[in-house]
Amino acid sequence: MDLNFLTLRRGALALLGTITLSAGLPVLAQGNFIVMASTTSTEQSGLFGHLLPAFKAATGTDVRVVALGTGQALDTARRGDADIVFVHDQAAEEKFVADGFGLKRLPVMYNDFVLIGPAADPAKARGKDIVAALQKVAASGAPFVSRGDKSGTHAAELRYWKTAGTDIATTKPAGYKECGCGMGPALNIAASTGAYVLADRGTWLNFKNRADLAVLVEGDNRLFNQYGVMVVNPAKHPHVKQALAQGFADWVVSPAGQASIAAYKIGGEQLFFPNAGK
Amino acid sequence: MTGLPPAVAAVAAPLLALQGAGVHFGAQAALRDITLQIRRGDRIALVGANGSGKTTLLRLLNGLLAPSSGSRLATGAPVTAMLFQRPFLLHFSVRRNLQLALWLARVPAAQRGVRLDDALRRVGLQAMADRPARSLSGGQQQRLALARAWAVQPDILFLDEPTASLDPSAKREVEALIDDFGHAGMALVMSTHNLGQAKRLANRVLYLDAGRLLADLPVDDFFHRTDLPPEAAQFLKGELPWT
Amino acid sequence: MNTFSESFSVALGLITQGDATLWPIVALSLRVSASACALGAGAGLLLGAWLAVARFPGHAAVVGVLNTLLALPSVVVGLVVYLLLSRSGPLGSWGILFTPTAMVVAQTILVVPLIAALARQLVADALREGGDELAAMGAGKLLSALLLLAHARLAVLTVLLTAFGRAVAEVGAVMIVGGNIAGVTRVMTTAIALETSKGDLPLALALGLVLLGVVGLVNLAVGLVQRRGGAGVPLAAGAAA
Repeated sequence: MDLNFLTLRRGALALLGTITLSAGLPVLAQGNFIVMASTTSTEQSGLFGHLLPAFKAATGTDVRVVALGTGQALDTARRGDADIVFVHDQAAEEKFVADGFGLKRLPVMYNDFVLIGPAADPAKARGKDIVAALQKVAASGAPFVSRGDKSGTHAAELRYWKTAGTDIATTKPAGYKECGCGMGPALNIAASTGAYVLADRGTWLNFKNRADLAVLVEGDNRLFNQYGVMVVNPAKHPHVKQALAQGFADWVVSPAGQASIAAYKIGGEQLFFPNAGK
Repeated sequence: MTGLPPAVAAVAAPLLALQGAGVHFGAQAALRDITLQIRRGDRIALVGANGSGKTTLLRLLNGLLAPSSGSRLATGAPVTAMLFQRPFLLHFSVRRNLQLALWLARVPAAQRGVRLDDALRRVGLQAMADRPARSLSGGQQQRLALARAWAVQPDILFLDEPTASLDPSAKREVEALIDDFGHAGMALVMSTHNLGQAKRLANRVLYLDAGRLLADLPVDDFFHRTDLPPEAAQFLKGELPWT
Repeated sequence: MNTFSESFSVALGLITQGDATLWPIVALSLRVSASACALGAGAGLLLGAWLAVARFPGHAAVVGVLNTLLALPSVVVGLVVYLLLSRSGPLGSWGILFTPTAMVVAQTILVVPLIAALARQLVADALREGGDELAAMGAGKLLSALLLLAHARLAVLTVLLTAFGRAVAEVGAVMIVGGNIAGVTRVMTTAIALETSKGDLPLALALGLVLLGVVGLVNLAVGLVQRRGGAGVPLAAGAAA
């Protein structure tokens, strides 16, 4: 067939396809990298941009972070789509290991939550006591934004409400709203509606759309947020890159990794406090 | 039917024949009980009022339609080509359009160049070979369609009102070419509203009325006999002023 | 209004200062969506051409389903492809989840119905004009359909540009199957989503402006090709000479 206009067209299309496809095709599943399921708040804190290059320099391994809510991150690992998990919900993590999806859980570091609210503080929540603050917010009926997305932050928020005497599942305070969203969008909503919101310090420090929001409660022991790392169990998912993933777990709890965590600062302020082995 | 002596008739075996053929579109009968033969040397004018089935008959003869009843027989796989009132040309050059026709007709690659040039020369479009086919005038486009037909060397050329959309000078050019093709040995089957054209170009006339073939006569007989079927006679009377 | 004016200056700064992270993200967006459109064109044009000429019981239903798929939400496609490519899913052994390849797969699925539905209409319209003549010249139905696509190539190009627009602007599918991994699967739209959720709205809008600008350049380039190669070729299929 010498019908060149048709074949030329089809040929060009095929060539274009092959080139662009191969260009967009980096390494497949083989290669010196691991996939880590972590949380959006950890990624948005900027920690990974600081920590992972240090890890790569030390071991030559790339870490590809898929940032999701804690619940989603653990589900992703359960399905075998990640090699290692790095989240901050101790109860959920222990269940993950107990169900056989993860090898040993290693504590790595903690950061803290803060209660954010309008600087004018209509509910008079300011102070050092998170539980008292929440009781005042509930009593005043002031607007409160909850992430409502089964994340580690959401789980912590529900625990504080319970300690304050409110079971969110049954009775929500007037002004309580769930957005089913990440930390950033929740802060956005709080900024535009003058609401109170529980946030992790890392996302808050990086958040640029503050309007007149301010930190109202911090320093309460109960506000500390513990992070744990778990290698996904190769018994459940044989393709998991166990050696490389274990390499990360071992490094992040080692003195070098812990020092790198402590060195990460925003505006001179340390965000995460290493506590491996404690 | 054609009045030829039996010996000659035996030699000129029909290229194409219809036997009691009919075409139905749903409940409507577009053609009924058509029996006719097409032979080499035939230059047939197909006439009849609008809606009488001329286009359907042409499509049936060319094999674009299958008969709903009766049969269509082709002897020796005759090569056919067809011209439409408005030629459909692809958005490519004149040359490319011809190459496509040659490729579709499975002409061997070695012959295509020669046939292409010959066809362009025949219709006088050599200068336009690389122009976009759609930029040609109406008459030139129809000449290109004729070149397309010439290139595949058909045994039978079907034409559906080929000059109806053309201005008078283009009409003359196209008629001259059709005449030329007929002289070169192509059988022609041409539907037309123009009885003068029928007289000029044809040696045989088929008259269709409401899907039935009412007359199949040599051209002189059709125009001068007094014992035509009444519909045909009326048709001639009504149409003659338009010559 | 502040955010809007701020975002313009941020956008300008991003482009002129050649932000090191920006251009790989732009390049990946273009590569993923262009690949998806190339693959989608192959499958979609063929499917559309075939549907324009094929006759079988249930044909109308198939066309109806195809037209319905035009409204396929990108996030649904992402979810379905994710479940297919997940290690716990049927195609897990391919190991392409969270890579650009998975993103190309998802976007291809997204654009095929679009290309097929529009191509089908193109061919059907063109067949009305020239189907008889092509058949008389000896072309079978599918070949006629393909020839008419080549004939209406400018309209086909517009269809492909439409598909490209749909692909490059979507975020639902690439976010789920790509994971928005920095340096690996982050594209313009997922970067915009990320910056929005971080509250950096001027940057998010600026990235949006850059995306529009890049797509605008692509359209400009295509328009030049059209004009150069198309002397005497009208823009709309089926436009009588």
